Amino acid sequence: MMFVPLTTDILVWLLVAAIAAYFIYVRRQPHLLVPWRRVTQSAYGMSALVVLVVFVTIGLLDSIHYRPALERKAGQGAAYSTEVLSVFDVIASPLRDRRERTYSAPFATRAYTRETLEIQGPDGRVRQVREFPKLRWGGAHLEDETGRGRDILVRAMLGLALGSLVWFVLAGASAWRQAHLSKRRLGGAWRAIWRGETQTPWRAVLITAGVLLALAGPALALCAHYHVLGTDKVGRDVFYLALKSIRTGLIIGTLTTLVLLPLAVALGIMAGYFRGWIDDVIQYLYTTVSSIPGVLLIAAAVLLMQVQLDRHPELFPTSAQRADLRLLFLCLILGLTSWTGLARLLRGESLKLRELEYIQAAQAFGVRDTRIIARHILPNVMHIVLISLVMDFSGLVLAEAVLSYVGVGVDPSMISFGTMINAARLEMSREPIVWWALAAAFAFMFVLVLAANLFADAVRDAFDPRVRVGTLAAA
Amino acid sequence: MIAYIIRRVLYAIPILIGVNLVTFLLFFVVNTPDDMARMQLGVRRVTPEAVEKWKAERGYDKPMLYNGRAEGLARVADTIFYEKSVRLFAFDFGNADDGRSIRHEISTRMWPSLALQLPVFLVGIAVYVTFALLMAFFRATYIDFWGVVLCVAMMSISSLFYIIGGQYLLSKLWNLVPISGYAGGLEALKFLALPVVVGVVSGVGSSSRWYRTLFLEEMGKDYVRTARAKGLAETAVMFRHVLKNGMIPILTGAVAVIPLLFMGALIAESFFGIPGLGSYTIDAIQSQDFSVVRSMVFLGSVLYIAGLLLTDISYTMVDPRVRFE
Repeated sequence: MMFVPLTTDILVWLLVAAIAAYFIYVRRQPHLLVPWRRVTQSAYGMSALVVLVVFVTIGLLDSIHYRPALERKAGQGAAYSTEVLSVFDVIASPLRDRRERTYSAPFATRAYTRETLEIQGPDGRVRQVREFPKLRWGGAHLEDETGRGRDILVRAMLGLALGSLVWFVLAGASAWRQAHLSKRRLGGAWRAIWRGETQTPWRAVLITAGVLLALAGPALALCAHYHVLGTDKVGRDVFYLALKSIRTGLIIGTLTTLVLLPLAVALGIMAGYFRGWIDDVIQYLYTTVSSIPGVLLIAAAVLLMQVQLDRHPELFPTSAQRADLRLLFLCLILGLTSWTGLARLLRGESLKLRELEYIQAAQAFGVRDTRIIARHILPNVMHIVLISLVMDFSGLVLAEAVLSYVGVGVDPSMISFGTMINAARLEMSREPIVWWALAAAFAFMFVLVLAANLFADAVRDAFDPRVRVGTLAAA
Repeated sequence: MIAYIIRRVLYAIPILIGVNLVTFLLFFVVNTPDDMARMQLGVRRVTPEAVEKWKAERGYDKPMLYNGRAEGLARVADTIFYEKSVRLFAFDFGNADDGRSIRHEISTRMWPSLALQLPVFLVGIAVYVTFALLMAFFRATYIDFWGVVLCVAMMSISSLFYIIGGQYLLSKLWNLVPISGYAGGLEALKFLALPVVVGVVSGVGSSSRWYRTLFLEEMGKDYVRTARAKGLAETAVMFRHVLKNGMIPILTGAVAVIPLLFMGALIAESFFGIPGLGSYTIDAIQSQDFSVVRSMVFLGSVLYIAGLLLTDISYTMVDPRVRFE
């Protein structure tokens, strides 16, 4: 086994480390802890967080890549497969390995199209018949296909039972914690949770977790024996594809912000703080960049990158590394085209801040500009940065789908919501229609983006000073 | 006022020059004409002669910035930069890779785009403002709450799904309108109905929610309290005061979009088969026709800047408090 840390993997884990460091820092800063407390007190924010945690866990498991070792031949060194796998692939290997020949509907035991089969009749003659062939894997354990409904029901119930078990453990743990914190008996704590009287909205968290487990339990119990969401044109399990798409969406949403953040923060604050010719130059820069239509600039840059990638095939030992570089480049381009909005906001805020007395006092004391920016301006615009980062995330996930449709998104070999939708588009015109791939992409993407939007709202409500004044006045 | 407008127009010139330089850098320096030729002719097994021929046919065989072999002005004029980039200022876009004049394509294709985008724009504003006003009127009630929930849910659906869903429901299941295609004259109505509906619906989430915030912000202001204190009915407050003042940011924001309506809708046009500028651009991207993409980048920037200009002017006209600096 050889670990292949893809470039995006490294950046993702660095990002995870940075976020962890931020929260350790926040724990020690009471003034930063207060708004985050408010986020954890928002019922919809916490529900969204539960969903996001599940998605992020899948995405992170999918971000540890390696190349499996091939069997060693005598007299040769270790050889490695050209296929790059992730830890998630190993966990989901029952899904990944069970490929059919082509389309099959969810829970089907037979293929979606008729094929010509050769059947040996009772008299020993070989006849050709047009029939729906049996699937290689879907429902292959069934001896009698008529027992399919019962089998599905039994397995789903088993999964549901397993899911409920996990849920009861979670509910017990939260009740125990609540009892511990409020120094009450377990029963009383549980009643408080159930009536929604707790500070942290445990009820919302448990309901969300319950819904997720009720869906995931049966899905997990069934997916080893059936294709729960059907298969696509080349016979890949759609459930697996949808789960793999999560990583691509998350990476586009997070790494892009990593690119735009330093640009927007540095240029925005500099323009607002220094004013004069620096302000003019930076304003000119962001007006120019934002006046070029975003999709076209991205398309142009991606086309150019494709030329460069075609010219240097030797740089990439595996196709996964090539696709990964393309993904990274896409994040870079998206970042370079989308920093202007945040920069404009930060410029306006810095313009306001620099006129405030405490900053003028710092200037009068002869504090250096870099220090004023780092100590006085930056901490006071951080809430804007944070809000705009979480708000941008969902937009970027949606943008990926559109860009992939235009043909300037991720590599066609990379599994993403965009490539799934793109492939499913043609299937809608088939008769009878192949709806499951599109439905799966829709459902997963909708849940991810909705959770991101709700969480962003919770963060904005907690950090935006204007909103806080409003709610206080209302209360 | 006129001096102000002239100054704003003059501001636009350096920005356009910047855009022009960026496109030149992207399309000719990062990616040389040799690369383009190889991409068009196929990366492998391409002879240098074929590359040279391809370049000569399209005028890419000239020097980049300075032609040492020419005389006089031609030293600067007979270059790729002048021929391909500077000429864009005169809206001289040259020819596409298939030999057709880009300017002619743009002038014929912008009308279908406009025919789609203008109704989307007008109907859209009417629908979004109505919905937002409804939510603001019933603020802090269940109507408002579920309205916002609906908005957030609709924001979370990719625009691709609105198009696919609309085509499936209205065209395939209910057979109301054709799935895609276009025709001139009154026939166009039949083909445009679905794209317009899809275009309006896909914007409901984000726009209504944004307008609702604007209206609520307006309702927190002192003059609204005064109006209520005078004993005005809530409807009178809403329609006579809040709506009028809330429309200022909405309309000035909308004005910025008007020039861009000519550019069409990238995705919708190619899904619905409308021969507008959006589908033209997508086709060019997919067939890697750089001269068309370059022209569209420039045209888009010009229209965007025109939109900014219109916004500034409309601000000064609508809101007397804004003064010309």
